[in-house]
Amino acid sequence: MNNKIQAIIQRYQADRTRLLDMLWELHYLYGYLPDKALSELAAGLNLSVDDVRETSSFYHYFHDHPTGRYTLYLSNTVIARMNGYQQVLAALERETGAPVGGMDESGTFSLYETPCIGLSDQEPAMLVDDVVFTRLTPEKVSDIIRQLKRGRSPAEIANPKALPEDEVAYVDQLIDTPVCKTGEVFFQQQDDYAGLLQNALDAGPDAVIGIMTSAGLRGHGGAGFSTGLKWRLCREAPGAAKYVICNADEGEPGTFKDRALLTRSPQAVFMGMILAASAIGAREGIIYLRREYIYLKAYLEKQLQQFREQGLLGDRILGRAGFCFDIRIQMGAGAYICGDESALIESCEGKRGTPRVKPPYPVQQGYLGMPTCVNNVETLAAVTRVMQQGADWYQGLGTDDSRGCRLLSVSGDCLRPGIYEIEWGTTLNQVLSLVGAADPWAVQVSGPSGECVAVGKSGERRFGYGDLCCNGSLMIFNRSRDLLDIVHHFMQFFVDESCGICTPCRAGNIDLRDKVERIMAGRGCQQDLDEIVSWGSLVRSTSRCGLGGSSPNPILTTLQQFPEIYQAKLVQQQGALLPSFDLDKALQGNEQARIELTQTELTALPEVTK
Amino acid sequence: MSKPDNNNTYSHDLPARQLDPELQAARDEKIKVAMIGLCGCWGCTLSLLDMDEALLGLLDKVTILRSSLTDIKRIRERCAIGFVEGGVANEENIETLKEFRENCDILISVGACAVWGGVPAMRNEAELTDCLKEAYVASVTAVPDAIPTIPYHEDIPRITTKVYPCHEVVRMDYFIPGCPPDGATILKVLDDLINGREFDLPASINRYD
Amino acid sequence: MSIQITIDGQPVAAEEGHNLVDVAAENGVYIPTLCYLKGHPCLGTCRVCSVRVNGHVAAACSVPVADGMQVEVETTELADMRKALIEFLFSEGNHNCPSCEKSGRCDLQATGYEVGMMVSRFPYRFPVRERAVVADHIWLERDRCIFCQRCVEFIRDRKTDQKIFSIKGRGSTAQIEINTELANAMPPEQVREAADICPVGCILEKGVGFNDPIGQRKFEIQSVRERALGDKKK
Repeated sequence: MNNKIQAIIQRYQADRTRLLDMLWELHYLYGYLPDKALSELAAGLNLSVDDVRETSSFYHYFHDHPTGRYTLYLSNTVIARMNGYQQVLAALERETGAPVGGMDESGTFSLYETPCIGLSDQEPAMLVDDVVFTRLTPEKVSDIIRQLKRGRSPAEIANPKALPEDEVAYVDQLIDTPVCKTGEVFFQQQDDYAGLLQNALDAGPDAVIGIMTSAGLRGHGGAGFSTGLKWRLCREAPGAAKYVICNADEGEPGTFKDRALLTRSPQAVFMGMILAASAIGAREGIIYLRREYIYLKAYLEKQLQQFREQGLLGDRILGRAGFCFDIRIQMGAGAYICGDESALIESCEGKRGTPRVKPPYPVQQGYLGMPTCVNNVETLAAVTRVMQQGADWYQGLGTDDSRGCRLLSVSGDCLRPGIYEIEWGTTLNQVLSLVGAADPWAVQVSGPSGECVAVGKSGERRFGYGDLCCNGSLMIFNRSRDLLDIVHHFMQFFVDESCGICTPCRAGNIDLRDKVERIMAGRGCQQDLDEIVSWGSLVRSTSRCGLGGSSPNPILTTLQQFPEIYQAKLVQQQGALLPSFDLDKALQGNEQARIELTQTELTALPEVTK
Repeated sequence: MSKPDNNNTYSHDLPARQLDPELQAARDEKIKVAMIGLCGCWGCTLSLLDMDEALLGLLDKVTILRSSLTDIKRIRERCAIGFVEGGVANEENIETLKEFRENCDILISVGACAVWGGVPAMRNEAELTDCLKEAYVASVTAVPDAIPTIPYHEDIPRITTKVYPCHEVVRMDYFIPGCPPDGATILKVLDDLINGREFDLPASINRYD
Repeated sequence: MSIQITIDGQPVAAEEGHNLVDVAAENGVYIPTLCYLKGHPCLGTCRVCSVRVNGHVAAACSVPVADGMQVEVETTELADMRKALIEFLFSEGNHNCPSCEKSGRCDLQATGYEVGMMVSRFPYRFPVRERAVVADHIWLERDRCIFCQRCVEFIRDRKTDQKIFSIKGRGSTAQIEINTELANAMPPEQVREAADICPVGCILEKGVGFNDPIGQRKFEIQSVRERALGDKKK
């Protein structure tokens, strides 16, 4: 048996729940997951190899075929497409010789498209192995590929000053973190975390939970569940152990505010986790970091280490015998669905990121079957600030149903894309003028899973849970953009990211996407729009989790806000043949077959009665 | 199929014998029904005839303008109810179905092939090129070393890229699944429709095989 | 604890926490199911048992009943939803009943009849999925798989408890896999169990074909609704 694989298994004590980590180590070892290695890993874990593959094949950063020496992932978001994506992709294909989804002949480069990598403020952008290159142009791409061919490593190119990977300067070397507007809650200077925690521990868990509850803090992940209530339910749930998980799987296309928080205020996030742990009684915490943010890992590890050295993590936190808590980073492997808290938990347990059947809810039976609190990065950062400033202070911010502030990741057609902290209750128009959107037409609020609003109709709507509920993603489009094309792109995204566990989401998103294609092709009629509404509502209401619960939104919300873009494409049926029936295509195969099989072109074709 | 410059003559173009005026008048009163077959095995059409003597009871009310007994290619007059057997697998099927749609008030897909493609649609899993290759170029009975040919003549309809359910080509009003559906099932549908009742196929008689 | 719920307005007594599908059946209300297997943990994959619980659509198999719950089953809207979900499954795979060994004893087919499906409203896709034929006693007709996960979750190797069936890939490109080595170690009755719990004709026992004559097949003797309701049928 292979010693290296044995060593990996031993390092994780043959613990099946750490399968994702073990797969990553294998992947780094071979550049892909060879069958033989998977078999050995499976044997060492008393699993069938198909069981291991069940997990590995779920994640798109795991490959079961050899990849090139360098693996390139170009982010294919709609924002990238507005900024020269096609030219960059063409340059990549040309310079590497690798087709999209494949490898060049020499085995040097593998090239893939990937959904949003959390850099919509500086796209086009790509990951090359574990580093990232942003603001790509064909020239820049040529230069990077040339250097790689000359033997320079991606890290050497991206980080010419060889800054240590665990410093924030390294992250700053790779990416920009444009925090364009700060407010009262986030990105605050905080030096005395020990004092803050001391106060919380002195006050006791019930008081901490009470502060979060009376502050009115709600989850910033999108659903807006009361943080205090979540903690209380978790605290009260029976369980031998409890867990805090920080959801840093920021996968919603167009969001990057968690990336900014983890870059600029990681310790505020960790402190939020420690406060949660103290409140619910957890000894272990996990940060589920999306694979796309791999370049933050060393930096975050070092920040965690600093906390340990300060006695804020580890055994006997602040000298208290009863309070032990530590945090590990769990790397994801590419799956949007892992942003769903129960899918994320499955992934942390080394399984496919399949959303669980609820009930039981994670606060009752979460990670390893124990009560688990999953909070978003931004929520946890807010927790720390609330703890510092008090519930009353926080209550004074925002509106009645939405207390506090929220971070917006703004991208698209505006002068200043970046991070903006706004108080809940701010109007869309105010935000648009803040970011320098000269001629905004449509705004995608909360990413593909949210709603697309017409600025003309919805500009005075206010951000808040009761109105413009926003998970942080804000993409702005002006009139030059093809909204139908964007809708189609979003539907394709959901088709690609559906885990496939439930029927409506697995099957329905494909049918909805095909409907959009039909309309774009000028073959749709009113009945298609009616069916979109009906099928969309079916998928929305019968799907197992929030992905299917929101995947029809790109179509349904544009249909509602921009009916004219659909109407303009509709056709009336002429004669008995349905407009959707493509007669030319139906007869094309025959001609194609003849050419291929007999090498003769058809000449005098009899006309089919149209 | 009915091009004026074509030298062929089709059955529906032939002059028909005038009926006795009284008989003609009685027939004109009746509900006109027709059934055509596209790409199928004619099993469903046989099922229509499988109504046996029950058919006689209907004949007071309906007249069957076209069936496998009168194999005309086109119906001569508008029908109230059209039954379609078979899926759409070639251009002649398209043309026939289109013409039938234009001339029937209610159009019903009968049997698995019409409803979703059925057995002919098993070729949808393969490329048409491979199907034709298997049939004509690389078949076991192909003449060795012959120049590869695929039968082609204007009288031979071109096979479509895929086999389509009828409702993907024209609008269909109702569907009777089954391979084939029972004569009794078709009879029930027909009986319901000519007596002004809603189309209804309860679970007890709905069959997919 | 005994509680009260209502199903379609009718008060129904039940034990708290019992599965809604079972509670409904015990009271003569048939909720169509495909992935749910009584006595096993809920899989919640097919969603065919969608009903409204306190106004929200939920898969009945995943709902433990609680006091005061208001359940709607037989509304036009819900019946059409369930029918549409069955139709998704028919258009997504190749369900050629006339040529399928499982016809007459297939849950999908039998449930299709119950929900009144004549045709799928969704475009038929005709997927191409390779068969898995290598194992000695079992083969998979993958284009019939509806990803219910019954085999994945409920059939395990008796010695090692390892998974025999598994899913590879995700979303619409996922496919069912079988571990040949473990499959070959399955005792005959486990092979039969696997074929039996497959709600479609995907898992098939080699050497067994069309074993019951038409007219005497499982769901012809007793429909899926009658089986679900037992002596409680209305």
